[in-house]
Amino acid sequence: MSNKVLLDSLKINVLLNRLTCQLLEFHGDFSDTVLIGLQPRGVFLLDRIVFLLKDKYGIYDIKVGKLDTTFYRDDFRRSEKIHSARPTELNFEVEGKKIVLIDDVLYTGRSIRAALTAIDYFGRPSIIELLVLIDRRFSRHLPIQPDYLGVQIDALEGDKVRVEWKSKIRKDCVYIEK
Amino acid sequence: MDELSVNHLLGVENLTYNDFDLIFNTANQFKEVINRPIKKVPSLRDITIANLFFENSTRTKLSFELAEKRLSADVVNFSASQSSISKGETLVDTVNNILAMKVDMIVIRHPHPGSAKFLSENINSQIINAGDGTHEHPTQALLDCFSLREKFGDLKGKHIAIIGDIIHSRVALSNIFALKALGAEVMICGPKSLLPKYSKSLKVKVETDLIKALRWCDAANILRVQNERMNLNFFPSTREYFKLYGLNKEKLELIKKPITILHPGPINRGVEITSEVADSENTIILDQVENGVAIRMAVIYLLASKIKNVTN
Repeated sequence: MSNKVLLDSLKINVLLNRLTCQLLEFHGDFSDTVLIGLQPRGVFLLDRIVFLLKDKYGIYDIKVGKLDTTFYRDDFRRSEKIHSARPTELNFEVEGKKIVLIDDVLYTGRSIRAALTAIDYFGRPSIIELLVLIDRRFSRHLPIQPDYLGVQIDALEGDKVRVEWKSKIRKDCVYIEK
Repeated sequence: MDELSVNHLLGVENLTYNDFDLIFNTANQFKEVINRPIKKVPSLRDITIANLFFENSTRTKLSFELAEKRLSADVVNFSASQSSISKGETLVDTVNNILAMKVDMIVIRHPHPGSAKFLSENINSQIINAGDGTHEHPTQALLDCFSLREKFGDLKGKHIAIIGDIIHSRVALSNIFALKALGAEVMICGPKSLLPKYSKSLKVKVETDLIKALRWCDAANILRVQNERMNLNFFPSTREYFKLYGLNKEKLELIKKPITILHPGPINRGVEITSEVADSENTIILDQVENGVAIRMAVIYLLASKIKNVTN
């Protein structure tokens, strides 16, 4: 197994800033907008974007939530991989809201489809958009595309694209695991 | 990423600590689901579950059925009184006939201990034991422990007393196994005639004095006197039972500390517990009922994830 670094912390920082600015451009003061991170890894990206919105642009009143799609997945009983359920925290009405789903890597699109089904159980938003840091193009199983996109990459089917978020011991990094 | 170590839920005796953890964690997420405006998930939309109740039940049957429906499973119900059992059909034949109708999972309550295990050995389907005679009632123990964990956090070192008719109680046996697996200290308390002779092998404390048991415990699980399982008199009168083992306000005031009170239901008010205590703020009886649905959803979901023959 070998790892190839695709994005370093500097490049990721530039992407995060750009994505935050694009959200600002389309959502203004975020009064009607809800940012929802998909469990587990989309939540880290959500936290970073929310931090930038507050720290850099002074927008503090942002509705944020976490959504776990385990019970809505279409590969239940069909996949060898078993998904562990994680908390869903949507402490607000989604009816009529503008929702931005946030995930780190967009691959087959099936997680996003599960998220769309899950949202449907909470109400009818006015629009749902998708923000991802990485888009693995040419690998979609469903007609799903991001509205806000960090970078597009090409990776082979068996490869894993990982996003590591900074912590006390490491920096932000996106790498490909072969 | 984890899965249960068992293919059937026959009892809690053979569950591992990881199994408990996985069930509780999954139940936590389902508890959030059942508090949403739309209390349903589509996970089990291609699964059919048969609830076979060869013994009367209100809350367990309702709770299982609700759990199955909240998971979008198709549900068929079967009660012994309306069945061909009375025409002489064997248990295996009855169940095989139901399975021939393409049922994926069986929830069974039966008056004979070991009936769920017997089915699991003779039937090609996943079995959940919803109570087999005086043996085990695993989902009740799981929901009791889940409710206690909500109250106390970790159960390690906590003192839990199980009070009342222990000898006829599957709830008691399952609770003992579950609580001990989770690190709690367990005491059983009741009149000598209602305590099992094998209590030593269960490695639990045994007490016949209710006040001493109440003083010792952090939580007390009060059990019903199961008159329907008694073919002789185990105590002189209901009045005497209440006097010695019925939980009332006066006895609770005597121990001078708050304890958490559980009851698996149905309650016989005025026999094992007074209305005043049953409806007081220290009881978590209604939490148990709510958690019952979440726990059963978790168990069904986790067992269903092991049914892989999607294309059949």
